[in-house]
Amino acid sequence: MPKITFIKSDGAELVIDAKEGATLMQAGIDGGINGIVAECGGCCQCATCHVYVAPVWQGRLSAVSESEDAMLDNTVCDRRPESRLSCEIKITQELDGLVVHVPMRQV
Amino acid sequence: MTATVAIVGAGLAGFQVASSLRDQHYQGRVLLIGEEPHRPYHRPPLSKAFLLNAPEELSVAMRPDPYYADKKIEVLSSTRAVSVDRTHRKLALDNGSVIDFEHLVLAVGARNRPLHVPGYDLPGVFFLRHLDEARALRVRLHKAKQAVVIGAGFIGLEFAAAARKLGVAVTVLEVADRPMSRALSAPMSALFSRELANSGIRFLFGTQLKRLIDDEGRVAGVETVEGAVIDADLVLIGIGVIPNVELAATCNLEIRNGIAVDANLSTSDPHISALGDCASYPSPYAAEDFVRLESVQNASDQGRCVAARILGRPTPYSAVPWFWSDQGALKLQIAGLTTGHDETVLRGDPAGISCSVFCFREGRLLGVETVNRPADHMAARRLVGNHIAISPAEAADESVDLKRLATAATGETRRA
Repeated sequence: MPKITFIKSDGAELVIDAKEGATLMQAGIDGGINGIVAECGGCCQCATCHVYVAPVWQGRLSAVSESEDAMLDNTVCDRRPESRLSCEIKITQELDGLVVHVPMRQV
Repeated sequence: MTATVAIVGAGLAGFQVASSLRDQHYQGRVLLIGEEPHRPYHRPPLSKAFLLNAPEELSVAMRPDPYYADKKIEVLSSTRAVSVDRTHRKLALDNGSVIDFEHLVLAVGARNRPLHVPGYDLPGVFFLRHLDEARALRVRLHKAKQAVVIGAGFIGLEFAAAARKLGVAVTVLEVADRPMSRALSAPMSALFSRELANSGIRFLFGTQLKRLIDDEGRVAGVETVEGAVIDADLVLIGIGVIPNVELAATCNLEIRNGIAVDANLSTSDPHISALGDCASYPSPYAAEDFVRLESVQNASDQGRCVAARILGRPTPYSAVPWFWSDQGALKLQIAGLTTGHDETVLRGDPAGISCSVFCFREGRLLGVETVNRPADHMAARRLVGNHIAISPAEAADESVDLKRLATAATGETRRA
């Protein structure tokens, strides 16, 4: 199982075993990452599963869709070049070791 | 005795109240009471990705089980609230226990509108609201060849699109003359009608179901009042919902197409709040005096509003309503409340699968329906939410940058 590291805004790190095929959002929720809110249930509608992906990983993720791009303009914490919605990232073995930062607020 | 907030209903609205209370450091007891055997879960995927996922079932839990113990949210599953004694602030449950509450939250939701035609309870006939219903439907859908959907609303059409994706033949029966007629403007409805038909969904509008055909104890098709017979090994009924007002009614709270609440989401009893699908409230965005909305946005934003009031920080509820529905390649999004519009303006090409319909009433923007135009939708949430004026001519003009208009307009200059 790919290991994913979530770093919270206070610096606390949590490493979770993610299921392949699940979304990064669901992996975070199931792993007890409280900073992932995901009000819409992972439908790319609410921008409350916002994460910052460490730059070194960005090239290995699926591209940002038009939907995700529009939604990212609506995050509570600032959108940065490394911003993604975790519901739009599918976990694969290639993402083993992925590091993401969770913003301070989602709503 | 510890102060207790008793929340009846463990859907998104109830969950949001519980979780917001804890996020804002409420110190009392929080009880979340739900009739289903499950912890809170997301309903939106049930009519979409959940149906398609195979062989494994998609996880829809809102939070993992340890969350509730960590947050000291007591979840009572498979439990029904039976009566409220408002004078003594007591809530009776069907397991015989009685809860003393400081504040009662009615997040009781709605239930599927039944259809009492002959054969409605045959095996192979489904409704879709709960996880258990979705599980049974998913199993049957993966074996189905011909499905009939009764009702061209959001649930019916999302299911129809999913069924088409699995190669199932789909016929949709609708009593109105167009799909989603209560929710959508005529031009957007026409786009969906055309595109869903292009994807292979067959529509029969202006028709009603007479009976479901019984073949040795299983559904084998439907018959319309006009006498048309359509074969089917799966029938989904999606003809809307009825708000669950009974508990509120039996303790004499005011009812008006839902449990009546004021702008702070308080019922006629200040110790009782109601929110989500079951609550009828005054919305600054509505043409009518009161609205009852069935949506994710409504449930979660109202949940936060109710929690804040319980914590002594009441703020009138004023979040801009938004909705979405994914139907195959069509991503529908709506910002604002468009009921009562007297003018529609198109942006983009309605002959394609990417356009927006701006709905105006007396020149003022009520709301915007978009299909596959997420940037327009996000701009529309801001335009409507911040009451920013936009003329019909600007709305139609693709050279007008909506995002810029929505974010740049401040103060009095463009106030609607």
